[in-house]
Amino acid sequence: MLEIVAKIKEYFLKRNAVISIIFVLLCLAPLFLSDFRINLLGKFVAFAILALGIDLIWGYTGILSLGHGVFFGLGAYCMAMYLKLESSAGKVPDFMSWSGLEVMPWFWKPFASAPFALTMAILIPVLLAMIIGYLTFKNRIRGVYFTILTQALSIIFVVLFIGQQAYTGGTNGITNFKTILGFSLSDPATKLSLYYIAVLLLLAAYVFCKLIIDRRIGRVLVAIRDGENRIRFSGYNPTVYKVFVYAISAGLAGLAGAVYVPQVGIISPAEMGIIPSIEMVSWVAIGGRGTLTGAIIGAVLVNSLKSVVSESFPDIWSYFIGITFIVIVIFMPSGLVGIYQQIKKVWRNSLLLKRKEAAMKH
Amino acid sequence: MDTVLEIKDLTVSFDGFKAVNDVSTAVKKGDIHFFIGPNGAGKTTLLDAICGRVKPAAGSIFFKDCGDVTKLAEHEIVERGIGRKFQVPSVFNSITVFENMELAAEKKRTIFSTLFSKLSQEQMERIEYVLNIIGLYEKRFEKPAALSHGEKQWLEIGMLFVQQPEIMLLDEPVAGMGRKETDKTGELLKEIAKDCSVVVVEHDMDFVRDFASTVTVLHEGTLLVEGDMEEVQKDPRVIEVYLGRGGE
Repeated sequence: MLEIVAKIKEYFLKRNAVISIIFVLLCLAPLFLSDFRINLLGKFVAFAILALGIDLIWGYTGILSLGHGVFFGLGAYCMAMYLKLESSAGKVPDFMSWSGLEVMPWFWKPFASAPFALTMAILIPVLLAMIIGYLTFKNRIRGVYFTILTQALSIIFVVLFIGQQAYTGGTNGITNFKTILGFSLSDPATKLSLYYIAVLLLLAAYVFCKLIIDRRIGRVLVAIRDGENRIRFSGYNPTVYKVFVYAISAGLAGLAGAVYVPQVGIISPAEMGIIPSIEMVSWVAIGGRGTLTGAIIGAVLVNSLKSVVSESFPDIWSYFIGITFIVIVIFMPSGLVGIYQQIKKVWRNSLLLKRKEAAMKH
Repeated sequence: MDTVLEIKDLTVSFDGFKAVNDVSTAVKKGDIHFFIGPNGAGKTTLLDAICGRVKPAAGSIFFKDCGDVTKLAEHEIVERGIGRKFQVPSVFNSITVFENMELAAEKKRTIFSTLFSKLSQEQMERIEYVLNIIGLYEKRFEKPAALSHGEKQWLEIGMLFVQQPEIMLLDEPVAGMGRKETDKTGELLKEIAKDCSVVVVEHDMDFVRDFASTVTVLHEGTLLVEGDMEEVQKDPRVIEVYLGRGGE
């Protein structure tokens, strides 16, 4: 019994200290913060789920996607369709009738079911990523060419969603939700529950990603980043692994979108665009790519900073964010987690040195 | 001795330029077979064709009883038992030496098995055995960034060896090495040749002299002479195109 306790202590306090602290803080946050702040934090937690996915594909596998807004948006729209249908109580949603649509489109109907909507929020991004990933990676489109392609994807979807106003709500997107599973969205208790669900899903996503990177497949992904040719001539087919990691990260982005919508209450094509997609990558860069904790810290911290700075300096806040990004990328290429690790190293070395000196004196 | 690899009338062309022109040769089992020749002779291209990196315009490459391998994808060719090392040492710098070996050693390379399977006792022993041969056992938990140039080359050769290939293709494995390291690499190749055939592309003539069992001289994409080092060295055509130049 004691052994088990000791093992648990070792696991949470020593090997996973930082991530344990993060989750404890997230769970205790509602005790200290106002409802408004908790709602914001819940949004950032959703972003952290997405950041984990970007870290898998960019941080670990070295493939830079600047189109993850699309997957996030698709997940968010699936959830929004469910919320809209529930709020419309069986009638055709308001924005459809404004566009002159009187019969509900067939593909909207199944989204009246919450489990279906949530499944689709993950499945549609996964399938889209598998198709695009297979076509590009199979043809050995890599590096900056892949990145440009993902940007094009982002533009295509924004244009498509704006153009199909009758089905997607156009530029305004989908909004005016009232209830989720029968609970009022404006009720503080519902909001708090949504927050804790978001934290729980983040934990699940973290464990899932950790499982992947701790297995041999994690080493294969890093090996693709370090030397794609070498791994190919070690008998692995990089295409399969790249499609896999792209699909997983798209799925996480879709989940993040589904977590985001009920808390924020609106999704519009603007969230799928190129600029949000680039921002998403910057969270991971600032937090520290190639470490899962870094992705979570980056997403929560950058967005918190953004909201604090934008409240205090509404005119020039975006410059702050830009400067922070540039400083971090130039001076700390491994992000905040990288700095933490360096400090820890220096601290440990100086401790060792002191001990040695003490031993010499005796 | 048995033939492991047979190249028949192989032609590789890049936009009409024939880098390898109608070459036929064979690699015998347990041989250390050197391909030499001046720059542009088509040595590296020949290796690329064998391991599937370039597709030949004509001709075929027969490997053991697997038939013609020129139609297969790179990783499929590796699975049949052909290992390839590139000129620049390429190892995975962010994982440890042992993990580098682990990736190469495991024969099951699907997503499912990389998610769930673990190394068998036999594989662990093989990795340790190879780590000892290449002299990196003590450094197995270090990352390759901490290794010297020579050690990185040995690690990559070790990664090929642990795959248990039937034939190993090495592109200038001793480039940039000192005399001592070069000799050590040669001994390593001898050790490896007990289990599999080794094909080497090389410029260092001392190295070729000391360790070659068969030498093939290529010149401007065609096969000039083939034989053991003594025969090749005496051949007037070889002296003219290659050995005659620059004192060697």
